[in-house]
Amino acid sequence: MNDLLFTVALGLYGCATLAYFAFLVKTSPLLGKTAHWIIIAGFLTHCAAVGARYLAAGYPPVTNLHEALSFFSLAIVGLFIYFEMRYKLHILGSFVIPVALVMMIAALGFPSRIGELNPALQSRWLAAHTIFAFAGYAAFTVSFGTAIMYLIQQRFLKQKKFGDLYRKLPALDLLDDISYRCLTYGFPLLTVAIMTGAIWAETAWGTYWSWDPKETWSLITWFVYAALLHGRLTTGWRGKKAAILSIIGFCMLLFTFLGVNLFLPSLHGYNSPDRVGK
Amino acid sequence: MNIIVVGLSHKTASVDIREKVAFAPTRMDRPLQAVVGLEEITEAVIVSTCNRVEIYAVTRDIAGGMARIKRFLADYHNLSLDYLDPHLYGLHGEEAIRHVFRVASSLDSMIVGEPQILGQIKTAYGYAAEFKSSGIILNRFLHKAFSVAKRVRTETRIASSAVSVAFAAVELARKIFGDLSDKTVMLIGAGEMCELAAKHFLNNGVRGVMVTNRTFERAERLADELEGRAIRFDDIFAYLHQADIILSSTGAPHTIIGRKDVEEVVRRRKMKPMFFIDIAVPRDIDPRVNDVENVYLYTVDDLQEVVASNLQQRGEEAKKAEAIVEQEIGQFSLWLASLGITPTIVALRNRFDEVRRAELEKSVANWKDLTPDGRKRLEALTNAIMNKLLHPPTSLLKKSGQGGRTDLYVDALHSLFELQVGMEEEDDDEG
Repeated sequence: MNDLLFTVALGLYGCATLAYFAFLVKTSPLLGKTAHWIIIAGFLTHCAAVGARYLAAGYPPVTNLHEALSFFSLAIVGLFIYFEMRYKLHILGSFVIPVALVMMIAALGFPSRIGELNPALQSRWLAAHTIFAFAGYAAFTVSFGTAIMYLIQQRFLKQKKFGDLYRKLPALDLLDDISYRCLTYGFPLLTVAIMTGAIWAETAWGTYWSWDPKETWSLITWFVYAALLHGRLTTGWRGKKAAILSIIGFCMLLFTFLGVNLFLPSLHGYNSPDRVGK
Repeated sequence: MNIIVVGLSHKTASVDIREKVAFAPTRMDRPLQAVVGLEEITEAVIVSTCNRVEIYAVTRDIAGGMARIKRFLADYHNLSLDYLDPHLYGLHGEEAIRHVFRVASSLDSMIVGEPQILGQIKTAYGYAAEFKSSGIILNRFLHKAFSVAKRVRTETRIASSAVSVAFAAVELARKIFGDLSDKTVMLIGAGEMCELAAKHFLNNGVRGVMVTNRTFERAERLADELEGRAIRFDDIFAYLHQADIILSSTGAPHTIIGRKDVEEVVRRRKMKPMFFIDIAVPRDIDPRVNDVENVYLYTVDDLQEVVASNLQQRGEEAKKAEAIVEQEIGQFSLWLASLGITPTIVALRNRFDEVRRAELEKSVANWKDLTPDGRKRLEALTNAIMNKLLHPPTSLLKKSGQGGRTDLYVDALHSLFELQVGMEEEDDDEG
């Protein structure tokens, strides 16, 4: 059941991506609204998929790479919908939804069988830690999207190229503002995620911090965003600089989330018997 | 009943001719009543703006009506018809409808998409209504024109981008800053374009203006006019960081603001964006200032390019607008035709006959012992009743010929007997 719902959600996200790309080319209010409703339908289906999986598995579906990518995608879409409605900014979808779609497609590439939960993961901290992490990631993803839009629009304004895309992209100020907002949502969430992770590590493995690659890279990511936040608050890191840092932070984030698991050995492996250590 | 349009516009006459033919808005009663008083003219509206003078009229005699209105225009303004005639155009039928729809939708204006013309036509219509020179046909016609204009404005983006340099500056500022209400403008130097741009910014809600000039008195005067602050020229760099938008137009032979200056100022502003507009020739601001992070430098040439690009976009939107106008012409023409006496009589007769036949069939259906002869009699009876009823209104219409009264009767018949798919009443043409 949850597989079916997952597939439907994936299909809807695909349609939404097409709709948002079409919106990029031909900005008609109808197209924007259509894309909006498709993505909402996709989101609800996806929620149902995750819920169904939870019921079937008996534990929060955030344990293996398939579930993690799926949940990440869900968080991105959810947060995007909030921003789209709040700022009436359909065009944001053209830059953010593709990321969600890619995550979903990637999720397909990993085994989705609901297995026995590895005893090391059986903890109340599982839900807390992962949900905070993904919520934070989602905020940083939206920030990444607006950062890209910002750099594009800024380029147009600097080089004085006034084409269709220039007209469709919103004011620089708005993009910078959204990026900032996302930062203020994401940073505390990431902080809590790291903290709950540390506490959980203590209860599961006896030590708060062991410089495991996952932990190290999440700390690096945290530092990038901390620097960005500090810069924004004190020395006026705004506009171009902030946008570039958002993008760098997002790359760190991706590596923390996926790169570590795919390329480096880690205690923090997802739910497969040989990869979750101790 | 025909709608005719007679007049001239910026497309056919230069401004010195146009101003000779203009009608003063304070005394519209005289000309309006004069036109309606002309032979065979039953309704009239006069539109007189700085770019066009047009008379819309309803007449039975197209050629005669047009000639009489042309003569009226010449005589009323004490001009010779020979002098005026080469500049006048006369339109009727579909062309007339198309023209007025296009004019109202700003497609015939000097700057396509300009917003004033619609208001001007509405005012003209107001006068005609006040002095009772318009009747049912022009009323419907102009209401329709207003709703077509509204459709064009909402369904195309013909009016949505800046086509003057000053507006383009404001538009760019919005793309950079979003909200302008907490932004400050600094005016360096003076000059018509500078001041115009400053006024545009004020109209668009900027918080305030600082004015500086080599001659402090000039700065003070301008600051007064714009309700801003005057700054001594030597103090520019002490205050520059407070400005978000800078308009510069001094007579200096060299640049007065350099790249290093701006880098410092922006740092002082904690990297908040700055928008420089350099109107001066030779330039006041070093072009490399555009390379400073979060700073945007535009010259008048750049702004003109924005305008050109917007105009091009308007051109494309104008095509959409023309398509909308064409759609609406068809609909309106149909309605106008249905106002003809013959179509009305035919339609009325058909409606009565529909009822007659329906009732007859209903009756006959359950009439078991009705003979063919009886049936014929019933037919004859019902026809006779119908014809008797129809005779007075029909002959009255045919006799009264064309005229305001007849149009009223025709329209009433259409409404009372739901004769035809005409036009839905549009009361959403305001605004």
